Amino acid sequence: MRPPSRHGSRWTPWLYLAPALVVLVGLLVYPIYQLGLISFLEYTQAQVSGGEPTSFKGLANYAELFGDGQFWQVLLATVVFAAACVLCTLLAGCSTAVLLTRIRAVPRLALMLAALGAWATPAITGSTVWVFLFDPDFGPVNRVLGLGDFSWTYGRYSAFALVLLEVVWCSFPFVMVTVYAGIRAIPGEVLEAAAMDGASQWRIWRSVMAPMLRPILVVVTIQSVIWDFKVFTQIYVMTNGGGIAGQNLVLNVYAYQKAFASSQYSLGSAIGIVMLLILLAVTLVYLRLLRRQGEEL
Amino acid sequence: MGTARTSVRRPRIRRPGRLAAEAGALLLAAAVAFPLYWMVLSAFKPAGEVQSTEPVPWTLHPSLDAFRRVFQQQDFGRYFLNSLFVAGVVVIASALIAFLAATAVTRFRFRFRTTLMIMFLVAQMVPVEALTIPLFFLMRDVGDAVPGIGLNTLGSLILPHLAFSLPFAIWMLRGFVRAVPEALEEAAYLDGASRARFLWQILFPLVFPGLVATSVFSFISTWNDFLFAKSFIISATENSTLPMALLVFFKPDENDWGGIMAASTVMTVPVLVFFVLVQRRLVSGLGGAVKD
Repeated sequence: MRPPSRHGSRWTPWLYLAPALVVLVGLLVYPIYQLGLISFLEYTQAQVSGGEPTSFKGLANYAELFGDGQFWQVLLATVVFAAACVLCTLLAGCSTAVLLTRIRAVPRLALMLAALGAWATPAITGSTVWVFLFDPDFGPVNRVLGLGDFSWTYGRYSAFALVLLEVVWCSFPFVMVTVYAGIRAIPGEVLEAAAMDGASQWRIWRSVMAPMLRPILVVVTIQSVIWDFKVFTQIYVMTNGGGIAGQNLVLNVYAYQKAFASSQYSLGSAIGIVMLLILLAVTLVYLRLLRRQGEEL
Repeated sequence: MGTARTSVRRPRIRRPGRLAAEAGALLLAAAVAFPLYWMVLSAFKPAGEVQSTEPVPWTLHPSLDAFRRVFQQQDFGRYFLNSLFVAGVVVIASALIAFLAATAVTRFRFRFRTTLMIMFLVAQMVPVEALTIPLFFLMRDVGDAVPGIGLNTLGSLILPHLAFSLPFAIWMLRGFVRAVPEALEEAAYLDGASRARFLWQILFPLVFPGLVATSVFSFISTWNDFLFAKSFIISATENSTLPMALLVFFKPDENDWGGIMAASTVMTVPVLVFFVLVQRRLVSGLGGAVKD
């Protein structure tokens, strides 16, 4: 990293940054500002079509939202569901990564390719295929498990469980590949030395590998939190827009339904702002962790 | 001495569990691949077998009927090209823009550099879905001013995805740009290269592997997009993309599972091929980006 050299003026970096900044300000910063603005307005179909003037409502939308029992229920469901997804994804990803280091090239390639396949599968096709696998009439899963015509999407918890399986299926490969790359980067001598000192496999993982993998584990955990907190397509497609009577709603789908299905754009925006704030808090934690690790930004 | 000892020891430590581990890994691979196998299988099954209440994991009468339905009835080829076009533009544009930005933040020291980096990081966390509402109005207004890129056009899908893939792309490319030695830059200038020449003829080819890894992510997120396609393409169905076309086969009375699986296959296979092609670069790119 060197000071601006004779080869470029003070403005060169800004010239390079200009296209990125234009796009980001126009399509990210400005919409965020708009989102906040709409959340303070009266904004329904009447205002959108220009029939009625928009009026400032202050915090009334938030008051309405926080006074609604369903909002708190959805918020709780979102947090619990995301936490369960993150936990299962990390467990599956880390254990398969360790498994990859223990096996020879052919089974490793098989597992790697299968995982890449799951990873590459678009959320929407993954959702439809999993629903089909668990279909009460035509799916193979109920036959194998002897569940008869049990409908997974009918009950609240079984529907969430089905979506969780799909989410873990398509997101554990990212964790697996990343952690595997991290393990491979650990010098072999360190592990050999630990093994020679008589450490058990669990001890080696806990005392040698986990600390060395910490930065990577932080990255994949935060990424998973962010992805799983924002799940939209899977819930929308697998539970047909949020489940029976909205029993499988998460914040994202809830906001979408409020805004586009019932034209309550202000309420939808207020939910969006709540999500934004929660994710911002996660980001701040992440930044602190990065800083503590001495990472240079 | 260390190596001698480990070479003797190593097999004895690892052998006993290894066969079990390998068997487990193969089983796991089969389980993970099964949904994809079932998807492709169901796409090739004749209609009667797909809707059978005693499904079997093979078919003796493979048929292309479902694919024929998909491509003939639903104008699927057009949706496929739309998806490809949107994802292609986003990949190329975001790679070029992110390359310039990553170069700026790694090869220069300037005021607000750290602030910008934090902004890029924070931008990655923004819940894209929450922005659907303001983007909907933005695209509507833009469409009034510039008809080519408003609601109902492919532009309304390209622009937001460009914005959402940039922060991550910049963040990831940073490591690759930084890995190019300063000395090379000096040497290029001593040889009389201009800044632009260094940028495009030396730096760009060197960070190309990183661009590939980055592109995978922007390609996937754009190709997968369901929400924007659903929200922004309201009436101009000729500008629909694949995810929306897939939903056509869901019917209130009885889903056309064969059609859904065939459409899913068509939508998934290109991504799979892309993934397998860039697999090595992806894994090393991810390792490089994360290590950094």
